[in-house]
Amino acid sequence: MAGLAATFGSGAMTNSIDEIEFTDLILATGTNTTENHPVIGMKVKRAVKKGTKLIVIDPREIDLVKYADIWLRQNPGTDVAVINGLLNVIIAEGLYAKEYVKDRTEGFDALKKVVEKYTPAYVEKISGVPAEDLKKAARMYAKAVRASILYAMGITQHISGTDNVKSMANLSMLCGNVGIEGGGVNPLRGQNNVQGACDMGGLPNVYPAYQQVANEDVRKKFEAAWNAQLSPKPGLTIMEMMDAAGRGTIKAIYIMGENPMLSDPDLQHVKKELQKLDLMIVQDLFMTETAQLADVVLPVASFAEKDGTFSNTERRVQRIRKAVNAPGEAKADWEVICGISNKMGYAMNYASAKEIFEEVVKVTPSYAGISYERLEKGGIQWPCPTPEHQGTKFLHKDKFSRGLGLFSAIEYIAPNEMPDKQYPFLLSTGRVLYHYHTGTMTTRSEGLSERCPESLVEINPADAEKMKISEGQRVKVTSRRGTVEAKASITKKSAPGSIFMNFHFADTSVNLLTNPALDPIGKIPEYKVCAVKVEAA
Amino acid sequence: MGNEIKITLDGQEISVDSGKTILECACDNGIFIPTLCHYAKTTNVGACRVCVVEVENARSLVASCCMPVSPNMVVRTNTPAVRAAQKMIIELLWASGDHNCLTCEQNGQCELQNLIYWLKLDQPRFEIKTPGYEMEENNTMISRDLNKCILCGRCVRACNEIQVNEVLDFANRSSDAKVGPAFDEDYIHSSCVFCGECAQVCPTGAITLKQAKFAGRPWELHKVKTTCTYCGVGCQMDLFTKDNKIVKVMGNREYGQPNEGSLCVKGRFGMDFVAHPDRLKKPLIRYKKDDDFKEATWDEAFKFIADKLSKIKKENGADSIAGLASARCTNEENYLFQKFMRAAIGTNNVDHCARL
Ligand code: SF4
Ligand code: SF4
Ligand code: SF4
Ligand code: FES
Repeated sequence: MAGLAATFGSGAMTNSIDEIEFTDLILATGTNTTENHPVIGMKVKRAVKKGTKLIVIDPREIDLVKYADIWLRQNPGTDVAVINGLLNVIIAEGLYAKEYVKDRTEGFDALKKVVEKYTPAYVEKISGVPAEDLKKAARMYAKAVRASILYAMGITQHISGTDNVKSMANLSMLCGNVGIEGGGVNPLRGQNNVQGACDMGGLPNVYPAYQQVANEDVRKKFEAAWNAQLSPKPGLTIMEMMDAAGRGTIKAIYIMGENPMLSDPDLQHVKKELQKLDLMIVQDLFMTETAQLADVVLPVASFAEKDGTFSNTERRVQRIRKAVNAPGEAKADWEVICGISNKMGYAMNYASAKEIFEEVVKVTPSYAGISYERLEKGGIQWPCPTPEHQGTKFLHKDKFSRGLGLFSAIEYIAPNEMPDKQYPFLLSTGRVLYHYHTGTMTTRSEGLSERCPESLVEINPADAEKMKISEGQRVKVTSRRGTVEAKASITKKSAPGSIFMNFHFADTSVNLLTNPALDPIGKIPEYKVCAVKVEAA
Repeated sequence: MGNEIKITLDGQEISVDSGKTILECACDNGIFIPTLCHYAKTTNVGACRVCVVEVENARSLVASCCMPVSPNMVVRTNTPAVRAAQKMIIELLWASGDHNCLTCEQNGQCELQNLIYWLKLDQPRFEIKTPGYEMEENNTMISRDLNKCILCGRCVRACNEIQVNEVLDFANRSSDAKVGPAFDEDYIHSSCVFCGECAQVCPTGAITLKQAKFAGRPWELHKVKTTCTYCGVGCQMDLFTKDNKIVKVMGNREYGQPNEGSLCVKGRFGMDFVAHPDRLKKPLIRYKKDDDFKEATWDEAFKFIADKLSKIKKENGADSIAGLASARCTNEENYLFQKFMRAAIGTNNVDHCARL
């Protein structure tokens, strides 16, 4: 979430889930909320029923479109152009929050200059969104007293992902929506503890609570706390690690509960790289596609078999509790880490997850006031700096974490790989309601598999007719990197010229097709757009 | 919310908020009024009338769940007339369905059964006539037995007003009235998304969780509050276990944010992976590339890893080692993982799949 961090000084959801139900307008973009965050989707729909306005910006005709006042169907990958168009209209018509912009932000003039050329007519040419609809949406957003922006991977999984996020922040600040209840810029995190993994320093450039590894004072603090010498050099991101493994500069990878062999783009390439390693350690619940390549596979406990905390997408730290015993000799992940560390001569002795948490709060200022005792009464939203603090419902109330909110002037850039004669379709990938991430858990659930047993290729009726493809027929989807086969599902959810596939199933690894081109700052691969051809199998 | 007013409730003068219903005020003051169709956060429909009370100067008994309080109102919740009306209603419901608790999953937590007990009823005065619906057993998640349905409409309101999935509705009139998806479809053939909210709110055994059937009586289950392991909403939920197995998953309205007791299909029905036979049970080591995995003890595994990592670090430096933390593991584990990479190995090569 590099985009948000640059703008506000913090990369988390600025507001809370329950505020969504009590705001005046919701703008949902790049989030198929009812399938990927169903309980948030539920709140969006409840809000609409009570009179909240809803604007949906999405190339797919997702369920929320049914509830929307305005739906802007942009061409995939043209989000920045659309948002710039909204900014253009709001500025041109003088609808922005002038006081707020003057007192709390900087960079407005540069923004104004860049968005000048994104007139509704120009944006229509790039994005396919009718100029009149764009104007209507801009006015509706600007006139709402409180407006909340929701977005997810549909925004970040682009080569321009970081820019897309900054554009969201621009829009929200321009109308004075950051730092108020019911407003904000709200990234919806896909996995249960992405937020926590980031908060805890599971990133190459920061320690817990986003303290920079390159900052000497910070590093000294951690060297003292951990009684070790620490490297000042920021590390590699996941995609860089894979490349380095291929080049032979990374020799060993230790993987805790991730399955890059199904989630990473351009899988054939990833497999080759991982096979070059001298040592690959995987700890997981199941023999995943990744574990099969490992030298050591360690069995671990599931969330129901251990204690600990997760931090949800609204920064709420909540307990998990042991309900059943782990099978066989499986251990909690933290016990495994301790076991390895102790054998390597760096002592890690903790009796429980609680003891680890007590160390966490000492070095993580935003968690400092949280304790297992307090969590017994319910979750607490960070920042929570002291034991008396009640936690923080929404961020940036009177001041941004970085002081003034920074507008970022952003130009639209076209996606890295666009359809052409040979590969005439645009493929987007994502999740479906009944499955989760790489499917390790959900494809082993009876009920979920009953409702959704396999991967489908969603294709528009007009395209299907042209190619004489019928419902349920097997089709072959080919990109410059690979081919997969799956059944066709004919639905107007997909725009003409676009197809959609999920990445949950190992036997239809859609990431054999996807483009590993990275957003230069967020380092997120461009899952949402790549060029493919489709033919009957 | 309104202003403070005075009412008399079962002989006690109390001050209450004028925006509340009689039922809410009774509840706030520790007085029990039975209810069936009422369900918090959904519209009060006044369908069952089991919540009736006497209000002085009212022409008939009133449904307390729908009646707002007014100044100087005098309310009685426990008069013979109230009890007689409640008995009549419950006996009618009892007689109009197949309430055979011997084989019902809800036995012990059924609200109809509880009210029969509370009203000390031995027999319904009417002849029992069951409607004779077929059981709906054609999916693996939710079972329906409409012979146990008391037409309270809670499922309909939960589906439409809480989850806004808009699948369920009433069909037909009076004696044939029935709840279900449009066109009398089964759940599996309808647009139902299997959130299970309807099963959670159903007061009787009409809608139940299929996988929980015969897996344990309510009083044998152990309840553990936890957080869902799937998406970033972080729903609070109760895992019910018996003999070291998860039997069912329920939301809990008392837990409040973020989900206020609701769940989605993954949280409710997606936890059977925990007991799946494919779970890894022993450490596995491949001593040479191209060898097969061999089972090992933890000590062997730790030693194998520590030796190899130490050797690689010595020969190629700490930055030749990388680690992936996990968006699926706990905060404690992610903390420890990055501490291990940074302090024990000596590299900042740590990332996770958040970007993906
Ligand atoms: S499971 Fe959910 S969607 Fe399906 S009928 Fe019940 S409440 Fe409605
Ligand atoms: S199925 Fe259950 S919740 Fe629905 S109307 Fe019948 S008794 Fe009420
Ligand atoms: S129950 Fe559904 S919405 Fe709630 S956290 Fe789990 S996956 Fe997300
Ligand atoms: S609970 Fe009041 S009428 Fe049913």
